[in-house]
Amino acid sequence: MPMTVTEIRQGLASGQFSSVEITRDYLQRIAQHNPALNCFISVTEDLALQQAGAADALLAQGNPGLLTGVPLAHKDLFCTDGVKTSCGSRMLDNFIAPYDATAVERIRDAGAVMLGKTNMDEFAMGSSNENSWYGNVANPWNTAHVPGGSSGGSAAAVAAGLAPAATGTDTGGSIRQPAALCGVTGIKPTYGRVSRYGMIAFGSSLDQGGPFARSAADCALLLQAMSGFDARDSTSSDTPVDDYSARLEQGIEGLKIGLPKEYFAEGLDSRLARVIETAIDELRKQGAEILDISLPNTHLSIPTYYVVAMAECSSNLSRFDGVRFGHRCENPVDLEDLYKRSRGEGFGAEVKRRILIGTYALSAGYYDAYYLKAQQLRRMIKNDFQTAFDSVDLILGPTTPEVAFKIGAKTDDPVSMYLQDIYTISLNLAGLPGLSLPVGFVDGLPVGMQLIGNYFDEARLLQVAHRYQQVSDWHLQAPEAFS
Amino acid sequence: MTAAEISQWETVIGLEIHAQLATSSKIFSGASTAYGAEANTQACAVDLGLPGVLPVLNREAVRMAIRFGVAIDANIDHQSVFARKNYFYPDLPKGYQISQFEHPIVGKGQISISPAEGEHKLVGITRAHLEEDAGKSIHDQFPEQSGIDLNRAGTPLLEIVSEPDMRSAKEAVAYARKIHSLVRYLEICDGNMQEGSFRCDANVSIRRRGSDQLGTRAEIKNINSFRFLERAINHEVERQIEVIEDGGRVVQETRLYDSERDETRSMRSKEEANDYRYFPDPDLLPVNISASDIAEIRAALPELPEQKKQRYISELGLSDYNAELLTANRDTAVYFETAFAEADATQAAVLVNWILGDLAGALNKAGLDITESPINPAALVQLVARIADETISGKIAKQVFDAMWQGEGNADEIIEARGLRQITDSGAIETLIDEVIAANPEQVEQFRAGKEKVLGFLVGQVMKESRGKANPGQVNALLRDKLK
Repeated sequence: MPMTVTEIRQGLASGQFSSVEITRDYLQRIAQHNPALNCFISVTEDLALQQAGAADALLAQGNPGLLTGVPLAHKDLFCTDGVKTSCGSRMLDNFIAPYDATAVERIRDAGAVMLGKTNMDEFAMGSSNENSWYGNVANPWNTAHVPGGSSGGSAAAVAAGLAPAATGTDTGGSIRQPAALCGVTGIKPTYGRVSRYGMIAFGSSLDQGGPFARSAADCALLLQAMSGFDARDSTSSDTPVDDYSARLEQGIEGLKIGLPKEYFAEGLDSRLARVIETAIDELRKQGAEILDISLPNTHLSIPTYYVVAMAECSSNLSRFDGVRFGHRCENPVDLEDLYKRSRGEGFGAEVKRRILIGTYALSAGYYDAYYLKAQQLRRMIKNDFQTAFDSVDLILGPTTPEVAFKIGAKTDDPVSMYLQDIYTISLNLAGLPGLSLPVGFVDGLPVGMQLIGNYFDEARLLQVAHRYQQVSDWHLQAPEAFS
Repeated sequence: MTAAEISQWETVIGLEIHAQLATSSKIFSGASTAYGAEANTQACAVDLGLPGVLPVLNREAVRMAIRFGVAIDANIDHQSVFARKNYFYPDLPKGYQISQFEHPIVGKGQISISPAEGEHKLVGITRAHLEEDAGKSIHDQFPEQSGIDLNRAGTPLLEIVSEPDMRSAKEAVAYARKIHSLVRYLEICDGNMQEGSFRCDANVSIRRRGSDQLGTRAEIKNINSFRFLERAINHEVERQIEVIEDGGRVVQETRLYDSERDETRSMRSKEEANDYRYFPDPDLLPVNISASDIAEIRAALPELPEQKKQRYISELGLSDYNAELLTANRDTAVYFETAFAEADATQAAVLVNWILGDLAGALNKAGLDITESPINPAALVQLVARIADETISGKIAKQVFDAMWQGEGNADEIIEARGLRQITDSGAIETLIDEVIAANPEQVEQFRAGKEKVLGFLVGQVMKESRGKANPGQVNALLRDKLK
């Protein structure tokens, strides 16, 4: 059975194995299983072994950091100094950043070893990992199914035991949805908790980095390392970072958990609903008080999100013009040809669709009807949550309306694909933290449950998830084909 | 075209001035803003628009913008927002320029201009906003290819937009000069037009005199001196009159001023121009400006040209005209004040006459700035003091001034070396007078017969004999005595 980060730390500390040994194990597993799963865009074997060697020296000195010697993977959206950062796009197939993203730098400073960079939907646009220039990723629980997206490579790598943990980013559900579909734990923190510096932007007001791991306790360690104020990101928060691990063991007696009726309404697969209800019963047994609540503007979140995210991405992706870096077409005849062919060849269909929609939404004459309207709705959605948090400590619901669908099932129907994010995107609009954890199976595929917290209440999300994981073993299950 | 034809038309001008703020680093990155470095050596990852990097606002640029706002008595909202202006151009690395749209840092204000002696006019300032400059495209260094220098990308600019309040090229120049003077007083811009630190775009339209409708405007860009500003506007006005009188219609467009050919030509039409798709930049939080921030900046403002001018008039008794000239350029005022601090308080008017007269003339002729003057303020004070203590006459002083300009030493050294000390010894002067009386019996006769004017001739003769060194007042009095 694949190890957790917590177990690896114990094994390293006790001398049961070295970082080089465990890193070799993971590199070997990647070599063996990645051809079937396609989780990795780059595997940084030499760098990993070099970092592992350095970690072993630190461990020998008896002065390890939070993650010293722990191997993990980064979503290929985080810039890594000297290692290709493709963002899943042909546009950046040749791009090597001369800097590390802040999250990467902090995780490295905590002592972690980088195994490689994981596959993803191009520029984080997608819910199935079918939009990658590097090909789709398979779900380890059933390789005919999608792993979710956009951080599909990270989620699948953790589920298949190709890495004990990985980073991801979440603009509308891109951590929580693949975590749910792959049966792992993932947390999207409050907007501003993890620096966006060095994360290639999709929707700047929505993007947030966070970890995937096999347990809430592991996520606590990773998030601890990633979080905190960064002067290089003006939207990063200087709110002090809680000690997530220290708060894990606090009980959940008397905690008020709200169930939004809109999250259990039409659209949710009834088999998932039953799995979630069983998990809710377990939390009730653990002493939580379960209350019915309402988030009346939930139905507005998808149209609002797609206006905001696409407007922002249409501008964010303008820098990919073939002039200074990235894909440039052959023999451009003039400037316009350079722009048109470089971008036409460099971007995939979904990225083009979103740039077009976003450009339209910001155009003169449409700005008020779309962008400004979306900003108003965004405030209403945020207010729904604020009202709810007046009466509950936490909100709970499904992460996705259904389990992982078959590869190719929704590729011709973008709207049906967008509906996969119905329960996740409103958190990004509001800037709230959310966590997905595995709570059972339907058709042999994992079901994820989402916990939603108030601003900077990540510690509470981790604590509730941890308590559930103390009395369940869904998170410890591993797909047989990769065990 | 006759003056009558022109006079049927009224010119309406508004200016957009881009003042480069004198911060040491860029507005959203830590790269240096120094001018003239090797291409692309002052462009960091943020300036290059590399993926994942983020802008961080330079607070000094905000303070400088507020200084300007306070100086023109403008509204300054408690919150200001940066917006993205989206368009593709190779020297615009991100594909958008970070600028301001709906909530500029400086709101409505106004400034008083003096287009001619004794004339005053208030010009409205619509807004002033912060933005980043773009890089430069280089078309003449690589055959068949264009180069891009991003050193300038991200340099902070304050774009100052006026109301269409100006009615002639002269007024537009007076306004531009006033803003130029102000930003230099405030030490927020070095004002160097050749290096592009201070750039003017003019929106020019014409309408029939008496009409209250604005005509269609053309925007003229690429004006890098005040002289060209005046010429570009005058040319554009003539062009528009011709177009209309030939039965045509002025189209809204951007025109480039070509100083070599002295003409404006069409650059792009607004009708086919970009839709900039402005929206608030999600990478930057709104800038909060408190009343105490503004108060602090207001308290630290230097004395501004208008205040200085009023003080010169009321405290030093200078004329409105001289006070205006003296304060128009901060360096001139600094020169005057440095000199005045060392001079006798009664000498203010004399000093001013020297600064605005002989010194300004000599500087102008030599093409020098007052900060490069070979005669420093202390030296000029010494010269003026020698006139006051009657060591030399005003006329001799001009000779001494010329010698000082040539670098022959200070006033005392030159007076000594050239033997220019004024003759005040009555005996010596009387000797000269006697000689002149003896040599000009005819004129002496005429004077005695009541022809007062002749005295001037006789004084002149005595002065000539003394080679200008005799005290003219003394000569006058002694001569009268002798001729009684």
